[in-house]
Amino acid sequence: MAGIYFHIPFCRQACHYCDFHFSTSLATAAEMMEAMCAELLQRRDYMNGKTIQTVYFGGGTPSLIPSSAIERFVNTVRNEYLLHDEAEITLEANPDDLSDSALSEWKRIGINRLSIGIQSFHDEDLSYMHRSHSAGQARDAVQCARRHGFKDLTVDLIYGTPTMNDERWLENLAVLEDLDLPHFSAYSLTVEPRTALQQLVRTRALAAPDDETAASQFNILMDWARSHGYEHYEISNFAKPGRYSRHNTAYWKGEHYLGIGPSAHSFNGHERYWNIRNNPDYLRRMAQSLPLGEGEVLSSIDQYNEFVLTSLRTQWGIRLARLQELFGTMFLDHFMLEKSAAEKQGWLKYDGETVVLTDAGRLYADHIAADLFMAKGGQ
Amino acid sequence: MKNIRNFCIIAHIDHGKSTLADRLLEYTKTISKKDQQAQVLDDMDLERERGITIKSHAIQMEYMYKGEKYILNLIDTPGHVDFSYEVSRAIAACEGALLIVDAAQGIQAQTISNLYLALDNNLTIVPVMNKIDLPSADPEVVKDQITDLVMCERDSIIPASAKTGLGIEEILQAIIERIPAPKGTEDAPLKALIFDSVFNSFRGIIAYFRVMDGEIRKNDKVKFVNTGKEYIADEIGILKLDKQPRAVIKTGDVGYIISGIKQASEVKVGDTITTKDRPCLEAIKGFEDVKPMVFAGIYPVDTDEYEELRNSMEKLQLNDASLVFQPEASAALGFGFRCGFLGMLHMEIIQERLEREFNMTVITTVPNVSYTAYLTNGDIMDIHNPSEMPDPNYLERIEEPYIRAQIITKSEFIGSIMTLCIGKRGIIVNQNYLTTDRVELQFDMPLAEIVFDFYDKLKSISKGYASFDYHPIGYQQSDLVKLDIRLNGDPVDALSALVHRTHSFEFGKKMCEKLKELITRQQFEIIIQASIGAKIIARETVKALRKDVTAKCYGGDISRKRKLLEKQKEGKKRMRQVGNVEIPQQAFLAVLKLD
Repeated sequence: MAGIYFHIPFCRQACHYCDFHFSTSLATAAEMMEAMCAELLQRRDYMNGKTIQTVYFGGGTPSLIPSSAIERFVNTVRNEYLLHDEAEITLEANPDDLSDSALSEWKRIGINRLSIGIQSFHDEDLSYMHRSHSAGQARDAVQCARRHGFKDLTVDLIYGTPTMNDERWLENLAVLEDLDLPHFSAYSLTVEPRTALQQLVRTRALAAPDDETAASQFNILMDWARSHGYEHYEISNFAKPGRYSRHNTAYWKGEHYLGIGPSAHSFNGHERYWNIRNNPDYLRRMAQSLPLGEGEVLSSIDQYNEFVLTSLRTQWGIRLARLQELFGTMFLDHFMLEKSAAEKQGWLKYDGETVVLTDAGRLYADHIAADLFMAKGGQ
Repeated sequence: MKNIRNFCIIAHIDHGKSTLADRLLEYTKTISKKDQQAQVLDDMDLERERGITIKSHAIQMEYMYKGEKYILNLIDTPGHVDFSYEVSRAIAACEGALLIVDAAQGIQAQTISNLYLALDNNLTIVPVMNKIDLPSADPEVVKDQITDLVMCERDSIIPASAKTGLGIEEILQAIIERIPAPKGTEDAPLKALIFDSVFNSFRGIIAYFRVMDGEIRKNDKVKFVNTGKEYIADEIGILKLDKQPRAVIKTGDVGYIISGIKQASEVKVGDTITTKDRPCLEAIKGFEDVKPMVFAGIYPVDTDEYEELRNSMEKLQLNDASLVFQPEASAALGFGFRCGFLGMLHMEIIQERLEREFNMTVITTVPNVSYTAYLTNGDIMDIHNPSEMPDPNYLERIEEPYIRAQIITKSEFIGSIMTLCIGKRGIIVNQNYLTTDRVELQFDMPLAEIVFDFYDKLKSISKGYASFDYHPIGYQQSDLVKLDIRLNGDPVDALSALVHRTHSFEFGKKMCEKLKELITRQQFEIIIQASIGAKIIARETVKALRKDVTAKCYGGDISRKRKLLEKQKEGKKRMRQVGNVEIPQQAFLAVLKLD
C-alpha cells in the first residue's frame, strides 16, 4: 500500500480558519505545476517500487488550476510509478469551481472521487469563515457532480462556529440526509495559530468558538451518524460501510506516502520528510537543485506515539497484538499500565484484544493519547 | 608598603566596570590581549550572562611609574544590593576607589550608596567618567553631578573610554599619585581582614584577605577570631590571573590562604585572621553575621528527587555560605526545603545554579520576608513561612522588617514614583535635588513590599530612568493577616501569604484572577477561592474543558500534533496535584506577577 499526495498551494481567497499552506497570488501557478511535475519525476525511487493505491489532490484549491495540469500529474504517475488499476484518485474541489466542463474533464482524466468543501449550507456561517462560495452553490454542487457520473463523493462540513446553534447544525445534517452521500467529514472549528481567525478572535473582531457548543454539536453529530447508517470511522470522518477514504485511512494505519509540492509531507516507514512551506522558496530550490525540504528519522518512541495518536482516533482502535508486534513488550506494558485511568473515566473500551474510544472518550482523544504516550527519555 | 595601592571600583551595572578592569589588567601586562577572555573578573557563566559581578574577586597588578615598581591590588565588588555587606568589607580592605560614572547616564542610586560607604571608610575617590566616546555622552552635566557628590575639582575627573583605551594610563597614574599607600604596623601581631572567599573542589575554601598589621607566613598556626577556629596556613600567596604561592604576605598587601577548610560557613566575610601564638588584641570592626532577608520554599519537580536536591543544596552551600535551608513539608508540594536568601537576585541565582550546575528542576514558592511574632505568653517567634503564623488568639503583635529605599530619578517621574511607593506602604523621609532635573528620594518601606514586583514597576513607570538601592532599618509593628488559597475547597499551603490587612481584599482578588489565568482547564470545573480564616474574600471559576481533540489529523498534521502533545505531557510532569486539580509550576509564583 502506498499513496501520493499533491499539494496545490493556491486559493482564490483565504478562509479565516485555514492553516494549510497556500497563496492567493496565482502568478506563479504555471511555473509551480512545472516544478511539482519535476519533483514527481525526481522522487520516483522514494516509494521503493510499491504499488500506488491512492492519489490525492489537496491544498489549497486543486479545482482552481487547469485540468490539463491535473492530467499531466495523473499521467506521470501512471507512466513513471506503478499505479494500481483500481486506484482511488481524489480531487478536492470548491463548490464554485464545479462547472460542467471541469467535471467532465476530471472524469475523463481518471479522477474517480471528489471531495467538496461545502462547510455549511448557511450563508451566515460561510461569511464568518470567509468562504468564496454561497450556500446555494453548496447545495447544487453535489447534484452537479452526480450528473457527471461521480459516485464516490464526500463533503466537508464545519461545526462549532459561533454563528451556528444546535438547530442550525441539525438543519445542515438534514440537507446531508437528502444528499445521501457515501462519505462526509465534519470538523470542529479550531482557532489555529497564525491564522486570520486567531488574529480576528484576538482583536475581538470575530467571536471565538466555545467548546461547550462544539461538544454539544459533536454529540448531535455522533447520534445522527449512527441513526443514519454511517460508521464514525475516524474522529472527523464518517462513511457508509466500506466506503472509507482509502487515502486518508492509509495515514492512520502508518502506510507510506509521497507528498509533492510546497509543505507536503512524505513518510517511508521510518523517516518523515517535509517540503518547504513557501512557494517562491520552493521554486527557487527546485531551480537551483537544492533540497526541497528536510526530514527527520522517527525513533521507536516517536513511532509508538504516532501509532497511539492515529490509531486511537479510528473505530478500529489499538489492537494489542499489533502493538506488541510493532514495538515489543516494554511498550505494551507501558500501554496497559497507562490505559487504566482513561478506562476508569469511561473513555476507553477494552474487550481483551482491542482498545477503542467510547463516545465520551472521543471528546478527549488528545488528552487520552498524551497519557498513553511514552515520555522522551524513558517511562 | 609604600609602593602598594589597594583600591576597588564603584560603578553602576553597565557603566563599564568589568571592561575597565580588563583594560587595567591589559595595560599593566597582567594579562596579554590575546588570552583575554571578555571580562576576566567575572568567571562564572551566570555572571557573564547577567553582566554583573555576583561574587567579588581580587587581582594583583604591577606598574612601573617614574622608575619605581608599584603593586596595585584591585579588589572587585559585587554590584547588587543583595550583596551590600560584602561590598562594605571589600571597601574596608582598600585605601581608595575608582568611581566610574557613565558619561551618558550619570550617577545612579547604586553608585551613590556605595560611594557613601567608601567615603565613610575614608577612601580616596578617583572619579572617572567612562564612555565619553558615546554620541549620547553629556560630560558637562555628569561632571556637575560628580563634583557635587564627591566635592572634587572638575579637572580631577578623568575622561575615559574603556572600550577604546582612552584615559587608562591616566587612571593608573592617578591610582599611584592620589591614593595613599596602606598604613599598618609591620611588627604588630597579625591582623588580616577576610573580604571574600571562594570554593575550589580540589583545595576547599580559599579565603581572600588584606593584611592590616603584621605579616602572615606559610605554615603559621592561624586563628579566625569570630569563629574561633584554628588552622595551619597550608598555602598562602598572591592573586594574579592564577594563584601564586608565596612564603610571606606583608603588611598592606592582599593575598589568599588555603588551609583545608571544607565548609564555606567556617569562613565568614569580615572575620579577622590572626596567629595563634601571638594574637591581635581586638578583631577588625564591622563584622556581621549575614542574615537571610528573603525566604522561599524550593521543591523538586519530581518528588523522587528530594535526596538529590538535598545533596545539590549542600554542595551549593559549600561555596555560598549565605544560603541557608532546612527541610519543610507541604501538602501541595511534598518534601522540600525552606531556604533563606540575601535577596531576590540571590534567590534567582540559586535557582538557576541548581538547574544549570546540578541539573535539578525545582518549584520555587512565593518568597516572603522574615517576620517576628510576639505571643501573649511572652514567647518570641521568627516566622519564615506563612504556615508558621500563630493562631491570632495567641498573637500579641507581629513585626515586619523595614528598609530605607533610595531612588534617583528624573524630576518628571517624582509624582508617579511617589504614588507607587505610597501604594507600597512607603513613607517619604527625604527629597534632595542632585541637579536641576535629577532628584534623590528616600522612603521607609516594608521589605515585603519591594520583594515582589517593586523594581520592575519602578523601572516601567520611570521609563528606565530610576535607579534604586536600599538598606534594612529594623523591624516595625504591622497589621498582617494570613491569606489562604483554596482549589475546589482544598487549601493549597504553598500559596498562602502574609499580607497587610488593608491590602488583603485586593490581593486576594488579584491572586484568584491570576490563578484563573494560569491554571489550565481540566475536565471538571475548578473553583478558586481566597480566604482569611474561614471567611472567603474572593472567588473565580475555571470552567470545565468539554472537548480536547484535534479536528484534522492527516499527513503533515500527524508529527506536528505528536510533538505538541509530547510537549504538553512534558509540561504536565512539572505540575503538582492538590486534590484532583493540577497546578502548573508558574502558579506557585503567581503572586510575583499580579497586575
